Amino acid sequence: MVATKPELLATAASLEELSLLADAGADAFVIGESRFGARLPGEFGLEQIGEAVRIARGSERRPRIYAAVNNLMDNRTVGELPAYLGRLAEIGVDAIVFGDPSVLMAAREAAPQLRLHWNAEMTSTSYAQADYWGKRGASRIVLARELNMEQIVEVKQRTSLEVQVQVHGMTNIYHSKRSLVDSYLGHLGKAPEQVDSALGQGLFLMEADRRDERYPIYQDAYGTYMMSSDDICMIENLHELLEAGIDSLRVEGLMKTPAYNETVVRAYRAAIDAYAADPAGYRFDPSWLAAIRRVQDPSRELSYGFFYKEQVY
Amino acid sequence: MGMTMNKPRYQGKRYRLDRPELLAPAGNLEKLKFAVHYGADAVYIGGQKYGLRSGADNFSFEEMREGVEFAARYGAKVFVATNIYAHNEDIDGLEAYLRKLEEVGIAAIIAADPAIVETAQRVAPGLEVHLSTQQSVLNWRTVQFWKEEGLPRVVLARETSLEEIAEIKSHVDIEIEAFIHGAMCSSFSGRCVLSNHFTDRDSNRGGCCQSCRWKYDLYVDGDTIAEGEEQMFTMGSKDLCMIRHIPELIDVGVDSFKIEGRMKSLHYVATIVNAYRQAIDAYFADPDGYELRPEWLEEVHKAANRPLNTGFFFDTPGTEDHIYEPEEKAAPYDFAGVVLEYDEQTGLAVVQQRNHFKPGQEIEFFGPGGTFFKQTVDELRDREGNRLDAARHPLQEIVLRVAEPVRPMDMMRKRIR
Repeated sequence: MVATKPELLATAASLEELSLLADAGADAFVIGESRFGARLPGEFGLEQIGEAVRIARGSERRPRIYAAVNNLMDNRTVGELPAYLGRLAEIGVDAIVFGDPSVLMAAREAAPQLRLHWNAEMTSTSYAQADYWGKRGASRIVLARELNMEQIVEVKQRTSLEVQVQVHGMTNIYHSKRSLVDSYLGHLGKAPEQVDSALGQGLFLMEADRRDERYPIYQDAYGTYMMSSDDICMIENLHELLEAGIDSLRVEGLMKTPAYNETVVRAYRAAIDAYAADPAGYRFDPSWLAAIRRVQDPSRELSYGFFYKEQVY
Repeated sequence: MGMTMNKPRYQGKRYRLDRPELLAPAGNLEKLKFAVHYGADAVYIGGQKYGLRSGADNFSFEEMREGVEFAARYGAKVFVATNIYAHNEDIDGLEAYLRKLEEVGIAAIIAADPAIVETAQRVAPGLEVHLSTQQSVLNWRTVQFWKEEGLPRVVLARETSLEEIAEIKSHVDIEIEAFIHGAMCSSFSGRCVLSNHFTDRDSNRGGCCQSCRWKYDLYVDGDTIAEGEEQMFTMGSKDLCMIRHIPELIDVGVDSFKIEGRMKSLHYVATIVNAYRQAIDAYFADPDGYELRPEWLEEVHKAANRPLNTGFFFDTPGTEDHIYEPEEKAAPYDFAGVVLEYDEQTGLAVVQQRNHFKPGQEIEFFGPGGTFFKQTVDELRDREGNRLDAARHPLQEIVLRVAEPVRPMDMMRKRIR
């Protein structure tokens, strides 16, 4: 029996990376611009998104292009949303990703044909929430990275929406509207200009009692982000998600080089293809993980994230 | 304060309430009673499930029923925070729980998870559903979405400014609730899983261990830029306090003034509610002649646990709004007791002990509406008339002479330095 293949979803920092990762086997991309989308590896204005769609349509694999419209929106931005979504629809993106209901409101008004992926990151936590947003037009729920395998599988069993989970890379663990690095520099008597705290500048935090873990931190116009100290890597156990029928597997490329992301996409592509060709005979191939390990930053552990954790509260 | 007073005031509307509601936290039944007695129009509590303060006492249904009855005597309402983001396994039992809340007379739930919102609307239509601040609502379109979903009230994200509230109010006729006092997440509430990562405790189901207040080294170019403990990075925020800005909050049309703190003490809740109650009432009694009274501010500082600021109402918080140095207790006072009885003939009061006190100590009594006096502790006796060298035992009933008349539920604090 040949199984239905889930989508392998990647991010891209540029059109070049998008082409590279499409060739490496990505089935879909989330791209966008920071005015509307949060925590993106690179800026894709409407023109670049249009170009990405053209590249995708012209390529053999025809990857899907999703636009990230997942910021927490303020009053000023919601005024711009209808026109923005209208343009995205004209350009022909395959879906938009959102986590603020203002985007749903704007889509109903300006672009009702757009497919909607609900992604509120850490607060997308149950099948019941999936159904809620499904009834309001979403075709996909992107699950919180803080759920475990059992919970993910149950969501998939109980909702009719497509289910997306992140299988590789870092996750956002804290988002503040405050400019916390600037505030701290002020406390140290330094001017904010003395330190470039933007994405990609390599700033990290170390908690006083956890000296072996580095938590990347960066600032942009919308606040301060703290990121996980480890990278999720589910390549060894991908079959569990494949068996569960998860619809989309995301490889997060934030703060990684195109070469790293290419390696990771190739590894997951190989695993997904191998499983689809022969689910019963599927075996994890250690060379997939070995390839990732060769390019992995040694200060960042590859982990199972929360897939096998029991949390308390 | 001068800076902000020069700006034009935003004029909004309260659509359903003729004056704003003062909404207070109550971690247990006693705190509920005191919050209401000291002037809260409504209190919010946590039940045994679905709330974000798993460390608080939290209410049984029986206690809720008693709390609702007590509050009703003052014309006050009781809300229940059901503000977790539910996981699959939390959904079972939700319907029964919500029906039970409706049955015991709860007026509203405060919910963030749309699954809880929808379930409440379906199975417990007598409960109002208020959208929690955990949904991080910052804009009018999102407020409109929730209004169209049938919610009568939205609690805004603490990141919303007065100007933004005014704009929201101009677009949507819905009750707006805003935090006006208390501790703040430095992140968007709900958009933080530091506890999950550091301690495997789920912050969005009540397990937050306040990792934002821990100490961190910030590394730039591979090196830490801190020099010593007091130079370390933290995300910890000062606490919100809007007592100086009651007129602006009223004029912008905030419908419910919310005080944070289901984990806070009885003394804290009574003191803070008392101060805001007086300020709101003074404004409505004479809007043009309104002035901030220094004693309100003094009272607030006697309960404050941390340095205070105005959050995001006027501007985005900066260096001065975060706590990098070790935290100091703001005021040299401690809660000492609660008045149970008073005898006008003898001038003696019975006080239930809540903290050690002894003869010679400076104490002060306060009650609802701003009654207040100071005195020194004179002779102490127990109920049987035995003289005591100190009030040592929690909940012990102590007889002492008071300098002015007091009433049951008045509170007593002592000076500690």
